[in-house]
Amino acid sequence: MNTAVVILPGLNRDRDMIAALTKISGRAPATVWQTETSIPPVDLIVIPGGFSYGDYLRCGAIAARAPVMRAVAEAAGRGVPVLGVCNGFQILCETGLLPGVLMRNTSLRFVCREVKLKVANAETRFTTAYGNGQIIRCPVAHHDGNYFADEDILARVEGNGQVVFRYAEGTNPNGAVHDIAGIINEAGNVLGLMPHPENLIEPEHGGTDGRGIFESVMGGSALKAA
Amino acid sequence: MEPHVTPALAESLGLKPAEYEHILRLVGRTPTLTELGIFSAMWNEHCSYKSSKKWLRTLPTSGPRVIQGPGENAGVVDIDDGDCVVFKMESHNHPSYIEPYQGAATGVGGILRDVFTMGARPIAAMNALRFGAPDHPKTRHLVSGIVAGVGGYGNSFGVPTVGGEVNFHARYNGNCLVNAFAAGLAKTDAIFYSEAKGVGLPVVYLGAKTGRDGVGGATMASAEFDADIEEKRPTVQVGDPFTEKCLLEACLELMATGAVVAIQDMGAAGLTCSAVEMGAKGDLGIELDLDKVPVRETHMSAFEMMLSESQERMLMVLVPEKREQAEAIFRKWGLDFAIVGRTTDDLRFRVLWEGREVADLPIKELGDEAPEYDRPWIEPAPAAVIHAADIAEPADYAATLLKLLGSSDLSSRRWVFEQYDTLIQGNGLQTPGGDAGVVRVDGHPTKALAFSCDVTPRYCEADPYQGGMQAVAECWRNLTAVGAEPLAATDNLNFGNPEKPEIMGQFVKAIQGIGAACEALDFPIVSGNVSLYNETQGAAILPTPTIGGVGLIRDRSKLARIGTMKEGDVLFLVGRDGSHLGASVFLREMEGREDGAPPPVDLAEERRHGEFVRALIRGGRVQTCHDLSDGGLAIALAEMCIESGRGAAIDPGDGSLHALLFGEDQARYVVALPAAEADQLEAEAAEAGIPLRRLGKVGGDELVVRDRLALSVVTMRAAFESWFPAYMSGETVA
Repeated sequence: MNTAVVILPGLNRDRDMIAALTKISGRAPATVWQTETSIPPVDLIVIPGGFSYGDYLRCGAIAARAPVMRAVAEAAGRGVPVLGVCNGFQILCETGLLPGVLMRNTSLRFVCREVKLKVANAETRFTTAYGNGQIIRCPVAHHDGNYFADEDILARVEGNGQVVFRYAEGTNPNGAVHDIAGIINEAGNVLGLMPHPENLIEPEHGGTDGRGIFESVMGGSALKAA
Repeated sequence: MEPHVTPALAESLGLKPAEYEHILRLVGRTPTLTELGIFSAMWNEHCSYKSSKKWLRTLPTSGPRVIQGPGENAGVVDIDDGDCVVFKMESHNHPSYIEPYQGAATGVGGILRDVFTMGARPIAAMNALRFGAPDHPKTRHLVSGIVAGVGGYGNSFGVPTVGGEVNFHARYNGNCLVNAFAAGLAKTDAIFYSEAKGVGLPVVYLGAKTGRDGVGGATMASAEFDADIEEKRPTVQVGDPFTEKCLLEACLELMATGAVVAIQDMGAAGLTCSAVEMGAKGDLGIELDLDKVPVRETHMSAFEMMLSESQERMLMVLVPEKREQAEAIFRKWGLDFAIVGRTTDDLRFRVLWEGREVADLPIKELGDEAPEYDRPWIEPAPAAVIHAADIAEPADYAATLLKLLGSSDLSSRRWVFEQYDTLIQGNGLQTPGGDAGVVRVDGHPTKALAFSCDVTPRYCEADPYQGGMQAVAECWRNLTAVGAEPLAATDNLNFGNPEKPEIMGQFVKAIQGIGAACEALDFPIVSGNVSLYNETQGAAILPTPTIGGVGLIRDRSKLARIGTMKEGDVLFLVGRDGSHLGASVFLREMEGREDGAPPPVDLAEERRHGEFVRALIRGGRVQTCHDLSDGGLAIALAEMCIESGRGAAIDPGDGSLHALLFGEDQARYVVALPAAEADQLEAEAAEAGIPLRRLGKVGGDELVVRDRLALSVVTMRAAFESWFPAYMSGETVA
């Protein structure tokens, strides 16, 4: 399994993501700098979390216009799996690869805590390791995770089964509409989510619930025991 | 037009008449305005430690693991295998009171820079915050802004906040405290220092551009607040964590290339302090050409540029052959890189501006000849001891415990720490809420580091010597309670106006107490910061010498936590029974009294009990441990029940129940272990001469103390968790 991690200035969970991908796939990901215009052939592209370009203007807005994102969009168009976590999710929305936006948390405060996620669609290539309706633990850490889309988009996204994760058991930390924590594009190869599965992949993290996303997209054979 | 340099102008810049006289003698003529500005920056309290130096020298600062003690950007301590931990704590009190968000944010930014300037990647942050009374009209605004500022900077920079303190007291009404701690990991053979070496080498300016923000900040921080503090807002710097994150990555890349001879971050007094420090330490002169300095405002005077405290800037001496490579790294990260000067052999500090020389000063004397005061002090009269028998027992123990759990100082800090990213970097093993924050050493199979910061200001007020000892002892105990070996500490000494003998007396005695405890516990001070003049309109804060400690865990699979007790475990109190209610939270909350001597600290006992507990944890026999501090045994047990979701039935022994439950006697821990191992523990404690009381058993869903107290875990949790959110939403006044 070959993976690539997009590196933009201001991202800060890039090292967490690189560590997780390395531990799970047994191979260090390629890193792709903001100014690159192409991405090496890989089986998964990840845009990690952080504060790209300081979240100035609007989170993800400047990153969406970085040269490397054209290459990401092009790869996504070819069907390469793309995973955006936290700031990565915001960037995918700003790029138009995923519908909707992420607004400021309703509390107007940054929130870092563990939440419960319900796997709303276990049929995607990112969620086959889970069961439909399964509840998993996962941490969040963000200031702008309040997912929103207009009614038409919501109806379409819900109707297509594009909602992949929802905050469960009253743990919605940010006011996201329909408790949406993660969505996938119509083609089923671009997933964005606010929680951080890369921070819950080994026993010392206090659990391994986050591994499923990586294991699903990597497929059983590409895995290395932790 | 530049103002004329006069004694009056010198005084308006914070220089005393005698200090100005000394400057005239050193320079041999009337200094230029820029020169006067440089002196005012170097000789203010914040930068020169002129009131505190004499006493700071008495602290133990060395030990077998200490690689670098005080005097550099941060202390460095060996943690074996070629790794070291680099850490320091620093205050940003005055700026945070004037402008809470930016003041706190730049406090965090400054301490992170101190750590990565030395070549370390920051891995942990803590914040000790002290606010005025909850019912003071400014308090909510300060809590809200400061917590958001700490989080805003640290979260974006990407360092986990692993611990800290938040307390309230009316004595901070006009002067809150923000003490920011940061620690980083480095290799012992790749530590970077500020001492310049080599003549004729380029001096390079790195990072963000220089603006007018923060001009005179260090001078502002060296004076008391008066009625017109609102006018001081422009002296507060504005932080940009995005630039700092880029600066971190660029600096670490740069250091790896071998291009750095010396490096120093621009903190207080910006270009002035950093340039003088690098030159003076290396016995070299420095020449700066301000026309080369990247600026973001036009028409800045030399005075303003030399005193600007714009953030996210560094100064370094460069290996000339590496210039292209070094510059490319900074361009890649979108940062400024400009050669602004050179090292010289004449020991002069020369500043050029608009093509002319605006300063020419002896560089060594700027630091070495800074005034040093032996300020008069008077021995504080320690408060009288209060006997528990003279304090009424509460009629209702359950109501008392609930009130304490839901009080401003003992309630859960979740509202605060959930605004901090506590998980980033994926190495946290104990996030806030335990005795110490624990972070594993990335890349090492078994090692971890523990962090705690502590002080009990009401003890320091009642008896500064005992209070100073207690701050060190509590920090050491918190590290011990997770199973760590305490290595070294950093001190952040917050006091009032040192020109008042009674305040100076608090300072002297607290330092003596800290020194005695550090000595007895082999816990040297390797870095620190002094913040004086914490007074508003003549009223001083409580003496607050915050101690930030670091401990080493060799095998992180043997870690103790407060919330891991299991059904049927036996609970033990290690240490003496509670007896001391003077200066306790119980006395304050239940009786409305703040008098009495603090609990005495017995350092030999502290060490003995701590070593006993640590051996149990390291031997893998105890996984549940909690140190006893504010609120005593009852609060510790309640926290363990809340955290584990389990009840317990205990008997604290005979005597005054309020003292047994709420006494704040020192050198104590609660541990839990399986019933089958309880007898063995008792035998070992007896043999070692360690006081040990079998308190009772874990079980059920209530905390029960004989027939005197029974509270469900759910009820305790509700009281514990609700105060802070209710207070911040305005539902509760206090």
